[in-house]
Amino acid sequence: MALTLYDKLFDSHVVHRQDDGTVLLYIDRHLVHEVTSPQAFEGLKLAGRNPWNVNSIMSTADHNTPTRDWAGGIKDPVSKLQVDTLDANIREYGARAYFPFLSKQQGIVHVIGPEQGFTLPGTTLVCGDSHTSTHGALAALAFGIGTSEVEHVLATQTLVQKKAKSMLVRVEGALGAGVTAKDIVLALIGKIGTAGGTGHAIEFAGSAIRGLSIEGRMTLCNMAIEAGARAGMVAVDDRTIEYVKGRPFAPKADQWEAAVACWRTLVSDEGAAFDTVVEIDGPSIEPQVTWGTSPQMVVPVGGRVPDPADATDPVRREGMERALKYMGLKPNTRIQDIAIDKVFIGSCTNSRIEDLRAAAAVAKGRKVAPNVKLAMVVPGSGLVKEQAEQEGLHEVFTAAGFEWREPGCSMCLGMNDDRLEPGERCASTSNRNFEGRQGAGGRTHLVSPAMAAAAAVAGHFVDVRTLGA
Amino acid sequence: MEKFVRLNGLSAPLDRANVDTDAVIPKQFLKSIKRTGFGPNLFDSWRYLDTGEPGMDNSNRPLNEDFILNKTRFQGAQVLLARENFGCGSSREHAPWALQDYGFKVVIAASFGDIFYSNSLKNGLLPIRLPKDAMDVLFEETFANEGYRLDIDLENQTVTTPSGQPFRFDIEPFSKHCLMNGLDEIGLTLQHADDIRAFETKHRAAQPWLFL
Ligand code: SF4
Repeated sequence: MALTLYDKLFDSHVVHRQDDGTVLLYIDRHLVHEVTSPQAFEGLKLAGRNPWNVNSIMSTADHNTPTRDWAGGIKDPVSKLQVDTLDANIREYGARAYFPFLSKQQGIVHVIGPEQGFTLPGTTLVCGDSHTSTHGALAALAFGIGTSEVEHVLATQTLVQKKAKSMLVRVEGALGAGVTAKDIVLALIGKIGTAGGTGHAIEFAGSAIRGLSIEGRMTLCNMAIEAGARAGMVAVDDRTIEYVKGRPFAPKADQWEAAVACWRTLVSDEGAAFDTVVEIDGPSIEPQVTWGTSPQMVVPVGGRVPDPADATDPVRREGMERALKYMGLKPNTRIQDIAIDKVFIGSCTNSRIEDLRAAAAVAKGRKVAPNVKLAMVVPGSGLVKEQAEQEGLHEVFTAAGFEWREPGCSMCLGMNDDRLEPGERCASTSNRNFEGRQGAGGRTHLVSPAMAAAAAVAGHFVDVRTLGA
Repeated sequence: MEKFVRLNGLSAPLDRANVDTDAVIPKQFLKSIKRTGFGPNLFDSWRYLDTGEPGMDNSNRPLNEDFILNKTRFQGAQVLLARENFGCGSSREHAPWALQDYGFKVVIAASFGDIFYSNSLKNGLLPIRLPKDAMDVLFEETFANEGYRLDIDLENQTVTTPSGQPFRFDIEPFSKHCLMNGLDEIGLTLQHADDIRAFETKHRAAQPWLFL
């Protein structure tokens, strides 16, 4: 029978099938961060259990860490306690790798997993964080779990799972200049809605996807969760193998060939059937900007804020009205007439080196507009930061008036000091524009890194393709 | 985990679609290293007029009188009605913890975010999916009748209105079994420890690079 990539990943990790159709699924990789793990370790301790395999764990602190004045430590005592608790737990139980606050390899958990070669094709990988879907870019079955499940994986190296339905998102044709993976996934969510992928695992395929770098595929899979899917994935090709080669935790010389041979099978078979298929025409995708408080509230940059009066479904109309009120926007406003207060370039969606290069290409030789109070660039990890500095990107940013920060989640969710003030409007490369996500009352517009940099220099949204970067 | 078998509880209507977990419990409260105490901050940014921070005395904060759960008639509600895609967004288990700590035992919605749904089951908070037309009936009757209580029977998988109209719901037999008996899923899984070890041995032989 022709199998999908998801079938192969799922079926090869089944430990035991229960009568009701659920299975015990073996978990190869477990990423642990400070926010969703303390209660799991506590539960483990209370039950007198030990982790099944500490070598499956990689850990870092990212959500609460400050992005400047690292020498001053973590000032908020509640944040500090959470980070200290992680330190204590990892010290007590161990891990294959731990990159604590202040270490050079520290960073956002979803950036450092692939960067270290800890995320490998063919693995099952989980983390107490919904954006774990990111790692599917390397043909891993990767998904976010809750704290009880974190404890379950710690104690048993398995999860009780039910197989999801499969969705194929096929994007064919070349993308236009200035159009990125972020725009593909926002356009997809605009099309199918934030619940469109619920109950599904998404495989992204088609020539436009094969044309993306691995980092671009991570951006895509990262936001599969915003389409309601728990997992997103892309089949193995030469780029996947190239990407993994030589990374610190990748298989070494004596096992490399065997690993590659195994990974080459990680593609959907010819004729494999999917429960749902969504087709998107690559060349027709334009740079996207969200206007509301859900990622599905998105339009192309040349468009306008929609009018709730045009919505036929009353629940939808009400949702739109509430979003416009929260966002302080009027129907039919041109997207390019919306002025911004802040710019955030970062998050596990868009903080890797290629993202920073794309933003720097736009910022180069330009200045942040005077009405923009703060434009910040937060690299996804210490290693991304180091690489960017070697390439001189930090100088491009600072010369243009951007702030160059230390790595972490930062204003993606504002658990540290980086936040929007009430009413402030932000062009953000992160993944969620929910009410209050970047700070109480803050207004988030999701865009690609190049579009965020373009908005920073223009002071309002602008079509990056017209800037001639 | 606390058992859930049957409940007759006051119903409260949260008539919005796509209620995300950032709204259920805003991120500043995720800094806690405990599982309890989130109830006073459930729906914090909708419930209060000021901005909540951990450690505040919530009893002195200005309430948003317009928010539905602040209405007198819904005090003590144990059943939350919601619309499509309730609990979408982040994986934070603090969302079901906050709903439970507040006093909810059941959430009924047309659909749920996947992770929220499984997190709820693991904590003894029963998430029930009902079709949209059934939800419309429950919302309408809850708004129209003060003191409207629903009867939730997990064994028979029904939600019954005060007038006796039953709505059947689906739930995985395994989850149902765990909920009805208050079982610890980890303990159940560890009964398969030998299977896990056997799988691991095979897996290690096939892909030794995973076990370095
Ligand atoms: S960057 Fe944002 S979305 Fe990603 S893990 Fe951190 S908080 Fe979550």
